[in-house]
Amino acid sequence: MFVVLSVVKVAVVLVVFLTAVAYTVLLERKLVGRIQNRWGPTRVGPFGLLQPLVDGLKLFLKEDIIPSGVYRPLYLLAPLIALTCSLLSIAVIPFGTTLRWHGMRLFAISDLNIGLLILLCVTSIGVYGIALSGWSSNNKYSLLGSLRASAQMISYELALGLSLVGVVLRTQSLSLTDIVKVQAVHGIASWNIFGGGQIFAFLIYLMAAYAETNRAPFDLPEAETELTGGYHTEYSSMKFAMFFMAEYGNMITVGCVATLLFLGGWTSPFGDLIPPPQNLLVHVLAPLFWFVAKVFFFLFLYIWVRGTLPRFRYDQLMSFGWKFLLPAAMLNIVGTSLALALL
Amino acid sequence: MHLVLFLIFALFALAGAANLLLQKHPINSALSLIVVMSSLAVLYLLLGAEFLAMAQVIVYAGAIMVLFTFVVMLLNEGREEKTWGSRAARTVGFPAVVVLLATLAAAILRAGRHYGMVSLSDGITTTQDLSKVLFRDLLLPFELTSVLILIAILGAVALARKDDGNA
Repeated sequence: MFVVLSVVKVAVVLVVFLTAVAYTVLLERKLVGRIQNRWGPTRVGPFGLLQPLVDGLKLFLKEDIIPSGVYRPLYLLAPLIALTCSLLSIAVIPFGTTLRWHGMRLFAISDLNIGLLILLCVTSIGVYGIALSGWSSNNKYSLLGSLRASAQMISYELALGLSLVGVVLRTQSLSLTDIVKVQAVHGIASWNIFGGGQIFAFLIYLMAAYAETNRAPFDLPEAETELTGGYHTEYSSMKFAMFFMAEYGNMITVGCVATLLFLGGWTSPFGDLIPPPQNLLVHVLAPLFWFVAKVFFFLFLYIWVRGTLPRFRYDQLMSFGWKFLLPAAMLNIVGTSLALALL
Repeated sequence: MHLVLFLIFALFALAGAANLLLQKHPINSALSLIVVMSSLAVLYLLLGAEFLAMAQVIVYAGAIMVLFTFVVMLLNEGREEKTWGSRAARTVGFPAVVVLLATLAAAILRAGRHYGMVSLSDGITTTQDLSKVLFRDLLLPFELTSVLILIAILGAVALARKDDGNA
């Protein structure tokens, strides 16, 4: 039973996740289009809704070119590492009610008491995909891109990890389910971002997460104007698609983590104001709705920022990370600890 | 189940370590070291030390090894060369390693009688339990260690600093 249910859960989550990745790309193209006063993709299917399928098909059918100068084993391994890490982290994310069936959580692949640490683990391993791809490509643009990416990810990982400590201090647990449970009581008033007093932690997390996923305004690793394509310059066809999927997958994961840690996870923003529904279907679907809505809001914010802010310069990026974000995250830890100890 | 997993990952760790020595290219050696570190993390997990396992991956396999690969990538070192020194190290090194390992194993086995041992099927030590030990029973050694690390960081900064006064 355990094995069957696990396989079913993994399959369902994987399909939903990959579809979400494909449609995040479409969402981005649509939204950035609107921000720049144009339509974005409209031709394939109604409102361009079939565009992701066609894009996928195109990438799949393209010729896979491997340049002769590459270091082959690592060149082939790098996109696999990137995509695997991106897909792995979704495994520890709970996304619905704590409903159990035969003693197993239905709306989480695995519910671990060190879920948060696993997420940080996977992030720290994910750096290798980018670092190795740039080095093994044997191309100066790729190498520069991957050096930038690795340095940026290592620097911002610190601020990212430290910004989460405040939440852990409040919950006194590393389990993502416990973190959500603490925020469930009074709805929006007990969310970590408001009631928990973690608004600064949220902002630090937000900025560090943009840098961690190499997204604008911190997209220096693939700055087209200076580096052609950055670390994936030499990759084509499905190997390029794997990097692409990894990037958007990471965006969604970061959105899920922000939702769980700061925005109350799958709980409704009204808390006790609305009595818990008696209907089982509503009881199951409402949390899923709130979770997806919050992640969608986060993705919207991501794309909005990309469409609005210009790219940082490299020295600005580094000094911002080390001289502002890191001390701010540390101050937040001290502040939260003091507040928890004194109040 | 625990034993099977232990055997698999112990094998991974050993294979990674052997590969580290045999590979001629520094980046392959660095990657083998990552395999060793990650397999060790799984072994920790099997012994019920979940926090230690994750810290092992985040700190060693993640942060420290990224710096290793970073340096290899930046210097772009080629294949390793055989010199007189490396041949001498090979002849002396292997017996020395055997002696060192034997001594360590004997010492650990003897100490195990005093402190007790863990077995593979033991329950998980939660992070809460670990932090109680670290921050209550062993607070002074823990803080002393962190001061020591801070001194090391300051030393590194002082050494790396340029001597023109305004750097």
